[in-house]
Amino acid sequence: MSIEVRNIRKQFGSFTALDDVSLDFPTGELVALLGPSGCGKTTLLRIIAGLESADSGSVLLEGEDASHTHVRERQVGFVFQHYALFRHMSVFDNVAFGLRVKPRKERPSEAVIRKKVHELLELVQLDWLADRFPAQLSGGQRQRIALARALAVEPRVLLLDEPFGALDAKVRKELRRWLRRLHDELHITSIFVTHDQEEALEVADRVVLMDHGHVEQIGTPEEVYRHPATPFVYGFLGAVNHFHGRAEDGQVRVGEDLLHRGQDALALTLDQGAPVVAFARPHELDILPGEAGNLGVAAKISRILAFGVTARIELDGVNGSSGQHFEVELTREQVERQGLAEGQPVRLVPSRLKVFEQKGA
Amino acid sequence: MAGAATTLHWHGDHASKYESRSATREAPWVKGLILGLSLTFFAVFLLLPLVAVFVEALRKGLETYWLALVEPDALSAIKLTLITAAIALPVNLVFGVAAAWAIAKFEFRGKQLLTTLIDLPFSVSPVVAGLIYVLIFGAQGWFGPWLAEHDIRIVFAVPGIVLATVFVTFPFVARELIPLMQAQGKEEEEAAVVLGANGWQTFWHVTLPNIKWGLLYGVILCNARAMGEFGAVSVVSGHIRGQTNTMPLHVEILYNEYNFAAAFAVASVLALLALVTLVIKTWVEWKAAQAQAAIEK
Repeated sequence: MSIEVRNIRKQFGSFTALDDVSLDFPTGELVALLGPSGCGKTTLLRIIAGLESADSGSVLLEGEDASHTHVRERQVGFVFQHYALFRHMSVFDNVAFGLRVKPRKERPSEAVIRKKVHELLELVQLDWLADRFPAQLSGGQRQRIALARALAVEPRVLLLDEPFGALDAKVRKELRRWLRRLHDELHITSIFVTHDQEEALEVADRVVLMDHGHVEQIGTPEEVYRHPATPFVYGFLGAVNHFHGRAEDGQVRVGEDLLHRGQDALALTLDQGAPVVAFARPHELDILPGEAGNLGVAAKISRILAFGVTARIELDGVNGSSGQHFEVELTREQVERQGLAEGQPVRLVPSRLKVFEQKGA
Repeated sequence: MAGAATTLHWHGDHASKYESRSATREAPWVKGLILGLSLTFFAVFLLLPLVAVFVEALRKGLETYWLALVEPDALSAIKLTLITAAIALPVNLVFGVAAAWAIAKFEFRGKQLLTTLIDLPFSVSPVVAGLIYVLIFGAQGWFGPWLAEHDIRIVFAVPGIVLATVFVTFPFVARELIPLMQAQGKEEEEAAVVLGANGWQTFWHVTLPNIKWGLLYGVILCNARAMGEFGAVSVVSGHIRGQTNTMPLHVEILYNEYNFAAAFAVASVLALLALVTLVIKTWVEWKAAQAQAAIEK
């Protein structure tokens, strides 16, 4: 089932949680709502579920306005960050709950419920836990039970609020993969909220990036990662280096140095002296040894961390860009070949660079 | 009161841990002193009076004891006490749950005020509580003339006693449930509603099972107070023998008439009811701890 939200606004006192948000969620997709805490993503999810109501705007389920449909009638499945399992009920009773509270006319017989619950428990691979209580399960198991419980009522959409947020890193990774597989099996329209960019990029078909109640960018994980549309998205997705500077003759001056892209000077159309911030990912920076030359930005290596295949090099800016810190990713081979050492003065030249005018600076 | 919720889920072995660690272990004389002090206090102020009640009650033999209890005025007092408790309990059960629910699960204007007001019956002197009802429903009170016209008696009659008791015992259930319900949040209820449960189903299958032990605990305390209340009831009762005397009032009357054996006999029944209440309370605590342990095993 498709979900559409139109011009949603939501205010909590003087805090604007959602500011005129409009989004389309096509049928069968798994979409991630990604953003820092307080960006409005959870509020949006709760408004779609009907647990919260918008100040204005509408929610359309399958093209029909559901803004005034009670959460009970919306037929959504909701998975909470802290599971919200009924603690006094066994796993079996938890999953059966949605079926047992149906009006008498629609309620399946106890035998049918039994069969269905066991099917669902098999789906989440926890059939052997049917008689346990939630407190006896691990976090990952609890969240899988919560998912089985949500699926029991055959929801038209599945909404997950930071479903892996309370789990430790290893379990979280496992569950991510598992959720993706489950979605590929069921093809139920799903939205999940997360503040973990890796999780969003790894699991979702599409990613919606939100900040301060606005949608910043929508796209496939590949799109949003490779072509961030705004400084916020750039900064939020993955590690990134910022160069703060000013526009000067179509170039960017950082301290006393001019920023280059590769061997070329930048040709920007910006007002003279406008404050800008340029972004480059750690693997998009090259290190040229020596202070000499005037390519790129001068910096000093402060630390070299070489654990795995890649080495991370941390640098401090000099020449007027002091106070800025940079991070470069190279292979260990490159580090050895170039003979890089801590304390060494170098120059940084980005191979890819994205420049944004800085607002409000 | 606020500590009651924690008592309910207390698991026990803290003390032995406390003692086995050198950091927190006290010198033997300190331990002896504190232990001696508290036990002496316990014996003098708690155990001795309890024993005295039963000793005095039985001083003139079992027969006198028995006669003091089956005498019509005493029976009527026992009956009135039980009736009062039987009305006050369900009333405060319903209102207590409603108030706790409102405070723990909704945001509304005046919530802080309501939270404070719930404690009023604890902070105000019971005599004042009784007086309030005399001022409202008494012959010279606000509704006095109207009530007299319609031949309805509230003060110096059973309704007044019930009202005063309800007032005095109101906080027990609510105070017990508020911290419990606040700690549990509303996610489980939300989950139930998303799954299609209606309001009643949510309350019956999700909310109530989560608060049942706390609720029972509050009800037991409420009951103990309802049967034992003296001050507020004394003001509104009018002390009419055989009609508006509850057990505590009856004890006072007998005592003032120098009928000590009878006074202590009735008092012993009250004490016995209190002991039964304590036993049930302990059982509830034990049961709650067991339920908790079973779930967490």
